[in-house]
Amino acid sequence: MRKIYHRIIQISGNVITVEAENVANGELAEVKSDRGTSLAQVIRLDKSRVFLQVFAGSRGISTDSEVRFLGRPMRVSGSEALLGRIFTGNGSPRDKGPSLEENMLDIGGPSVNPANRIIPRNMIRTGLPMIDIFNTLVESQKLPIFSVAGEPYNELLARIAMQAEVDMIVLGGMGLKHDDYLYFKETLDSHGALSRTVMFIHTAADPIVECLLVPDLALAVAEYFATEKSKRVLVLLTDMTNFCDALKEIAITMEQIPSNRGYPGDLYSQLAARYEKAVDFETAGSITILAVTTMPGDDVTHPVPDNTGYITEGQFYLVNGRIEPFGSLSRLKQQVNSETRADHRALMDNMIRLYAEFKEAVEKQSMGFRMSDWDQKLLKYGALFEKRMMDLSVNIPLEEALDLGWKTLAECFEPAETGIKTDLVKQFWPKDKA
Amino acid sequence: MSENSLGGKVTGVNGNMVSVAFTDRVTQNEVAYVITGNKERLKSEVIRVRGREADIQVFESTGGVKVGDDVEFTGQMLSVELGPGLLQQVYDGLQNPLPELARQAGYFLKRGLYVYPLDREKAWDYTPVAKVGDTLRAGDTVGTVPEGIFTHRIMLPFAWNGEWKITWAKDAGSYPITTVVAKASNGVEEREITMVQTWPVKIPITSYRERLMPREPLVTQVRIIDTFFPVAKGGAFCTPGPFGAGKTVLQHSLSQHSEVDIVIVAACGERAGEVVEILREFPHLEDPRTGRNLIDRTIIICNTSSMPVAAREASIYTSVTLAEYYRQMGLSVLLLADSTSRWAQALREVSGRLEEIPGEEAFPAYLESLVASFYERAGLVRLNDGGQGSVTICGAVSPAGGNFEEPVTQATLKVVGSFLALSRDRANARRYPAIHPLESWSKYNSLVDKNKVQEAKAMLQAGNEVDQMMKVVGEEGTPTADFVTYLKSEFIDSVYLQQNTFDKVDSTCGAKRQEYVFDKLLSVLRKSFNFPGKNEARTYFQRLRQRFLDWNYAAWESEAFQEAEAKIDEMLASQA
Repeated sequence: MRKIYHRIIQISGNVITVEAENVANGELAEVKSDRGTSLAQVIRLDKSRVFLQVFAGSRGISTDSEVRFLGRPMRVSGSEALLGRIFTGNGSPRDKGPSLEENMLDIGGPSVNPANRIIPRNMIRTGLPMIDIFNTLVESQKLPIFSVAGEPYNELLARIAMQAEVDMIVLGGMGLKHDDYLYFKETLDSHGALSRTVMFIHTAADPIVECLLVPDLALAVAEYFATEKSKRVLVLLTDMTNFCDALKEIAITMEQIPSNRGYPGDLYSQLAARYEKAVDFETAGSITILAVTTMPGDDVTHPVPDNTGYITEGQFYLVNGRIEPFGSLSRLKQQVNSETRADHRALMDNMIRLYAEFKEAVEKQSMGFRMSDWDQKLLKYGALFEKRMMDLSVNIPLEEALDLGWKTLAECFEPAETGIKTDLVKQFWPKDKA
Repeated sequence: MSENSLGGKVTGVNGNMVSVAFTDRVTQNEVAYVITGNKERLKSEVIRVRGREADIQVFESTGGVKVGDDVEFTGQMLSVELGPGLLQQVYDGLQNPLPELARQAGYFLKRGLYVYPLDREKAWDYTPVAKVGDTLRAGDTVGTVPEGIFTHRIMLPFAWNGEWKITWAKDAGSYPITTVVAKASNGVEEREITMVQTWPVKIPITSYRERLMPREPLVTQVRIIDTFFPVAKGGAFCTPGPFGAGKTVLQHSLSQHSEVDIVIVAACGERAGEVVEILREFPHLEDPRTGRNLIDRTIIICNTSSMPVAAREASIYTSVTLAEYYRQMGLSVLLLADSTSRWAQALREVSGRLEEIPGEEAFPAYLESLVASFYERAGLVRLNDGGQGSVTICGAVSPAGGNFEEPVTQATLKVVGSFLALSRDRANARRYPAIHPLESWSKYNSLVDKNKVQEAKAMLQAGNEVDQMMKVVGEEGTPTADFVTYLKSEFIDSVYLQQNTFDKVDSTCGAKRQEYVFDKLLSVLRKSFNFPGKNEARTYFQRLRQRFLDWNYAAWESEAFQEAEAKIDEMLASQA
């Protein structure tokens, strides 16, 4: 029987301090107040004073509330029963299902030994041409989707969740609007994707501390399926900026010295500890991470996107409902796009180059310059490119998308104008146009 | 706990910082172990002492540590093992061999698991050099063993002060590293010498006669560096740049093609994926200078971003100490540290937990002096035997938001001899390596005559001014002469400053080739052209550029090289 403590000596923000003995760093406790029972986690020890971060917040906690230490850190069940289930940020069921107690795993486990990593080798097909052709997603990659509020980033994530060729999806929602949560649930359900999905959802109305746990819960589950069940897992996180803001809030409460715009000095390490969970195991499954990061003020030098960019392997910019072709980059695409189809790289490079020329033509047009024949061709091409390639509501296999690319080129240009090598043109240029 | 080791008890835990009430005495920077309830031993370092309490930073996660847990002090400062067998190794920041950890613990790193850095079983062919009766000082050669293509010197330990007379020497033979190979006496005591010694990482090794001025260029085979912003053997340089500007690609290129004996790659707080490429590819890439594999001259220190942050801080010191060790053998060593900003952030995290008064952007006030003392460990030295050895340091810097005004970049600029500014604009324009020719600088000697380089730089500057002007007045309003200046500056950029790292030939440009090609480039810059109009000028330079690029892609002194050169000459001659 564990001892119960009643002497809470400080309540500040979501952190309470209690005098207790024989308590381990990181251990969980139950805090019972008139408002109910909440979990709490030890975040600092100072002699007999124990600092606890209360998941449900400190509202309603009194100086004589009950604190009972559980003698274990935060855990999540590792079992097949997770599939199709939805949990809150503290790991309890959000759906009507039972809570799971089987095979409990510590969250926030150690890093993968770099010596066990392998060079990424497998493409993940998403059915979206902007990703598959131009910025191929690769197993074990970690990629943020940089965006701003109002953009359809959650719609994009939901579509990827439905279409991506992986074994399972773990969705982590942080500070999600309740409507967005329902949207995810309904969309995945109606497309039959819920049964291969595990969701950890923290909504904007939930206590802020629970937001911090979401990535760790999601990644611990992903790690279980990747190592124990050899599954290829895609982890979708939205929105990591809310996670960082929660970190900031706790750090300020703990009177840590802020480094940049109020964020704690270890923001980079905190983000890296999560993103670096992305990995491909030689003899087991893999973890791939796609994480929405909204940029406050659309500023990529803001500490959150800036630190993220240094950690991740490229980024997608979602602007005006489209994946922006110029800033977006998949650093790992070279590892896989030479083996998809012979024309993949050439088509990727030249279609983007022509699209860039189209943008210049549009600029010229808007400044009132006369449009040459070439400009007219570009304008036609640009419109088709945006309609066919940049649409994020389609599901086209890579090969069809490449063929569509050739079709688009053939409708607008002569083969020589595309700058593509002759042998590829011979092989792939649509026959009726050649 | 053994009887004579000193102990203490945990009194507080704050992140990776643990406070300890000690019973007897502690030494600043000594290694301590926190012993958890599960008998895990967590390596730590003393970083502050106040009254009867010491603050120690733990090199592992502190989950599960309790107030009252035992702490064991070792009396030894954080040290590395130095001896044959360091080359080809992949270590973490505390010099644990990662492949061995993987063998013992599986996919994930295991807390509290530490392994000998050097193989205790492997036998080395030892040849004695010092004879009984010889008098040696620290750093003098006792014997040698072959390590790959190098002669690895077994030296009198750097920590031994004064003169030592050899009293006993082992015969030549094949022994493991812990074998006593000699005994020496300083008249007071006799000590044993093995093939392995330890040295505290935070203290520079100074067992040499004197430091020399670094003058000889370190050939990196990257044209923009060697010609325009050169690096010297024994110098220090930095490559700051925002994410996506190609820091890592540049560092990989340096690690492969630099003309030095040993390369130490310190992956400090960066992506693990980047090290994996080195880990998996270097064993198969040939070093063209020796015909061996690149890994044979490489040591990798790998403390990536998700590994414990205190060990990240240590990894920088570990790697520079290994570099100094090989310098003591008369070798030239290049240390590539990627990234020093992550190291500085580790210092910031520690400083924050110590609740020190912060400096700019919450970095500790002593950041500058730590950065300076790190880069000052680069140097060219005359060894006790008259030979020379060097450590060259290249630090990548990852400034927040790509802004060079931040404290780490500024502290670094004060102490390096060469500044290679990587620019996002150049990277976006696919102009690689994205080193900015107008912002970068170097104080070291170039391969090419400095007046000639100055001429090219002036042209770049003039071209940039015309470019700025054209943005305002348009191409129509620019005189043809100015336009040609602009084309010439663009020409320098595209055929000389830019270089294709992924091309077999163009990725390396040796010293002779650089001098030769630069002279040709200069002849283009000096030539006065008479074009009827801008279109003709543009077309001419586009065609000349194409021929020059073909020349760059032809192997040095090959037939294709001569043919391509002839085509350039022909084109130049046509414009009399």
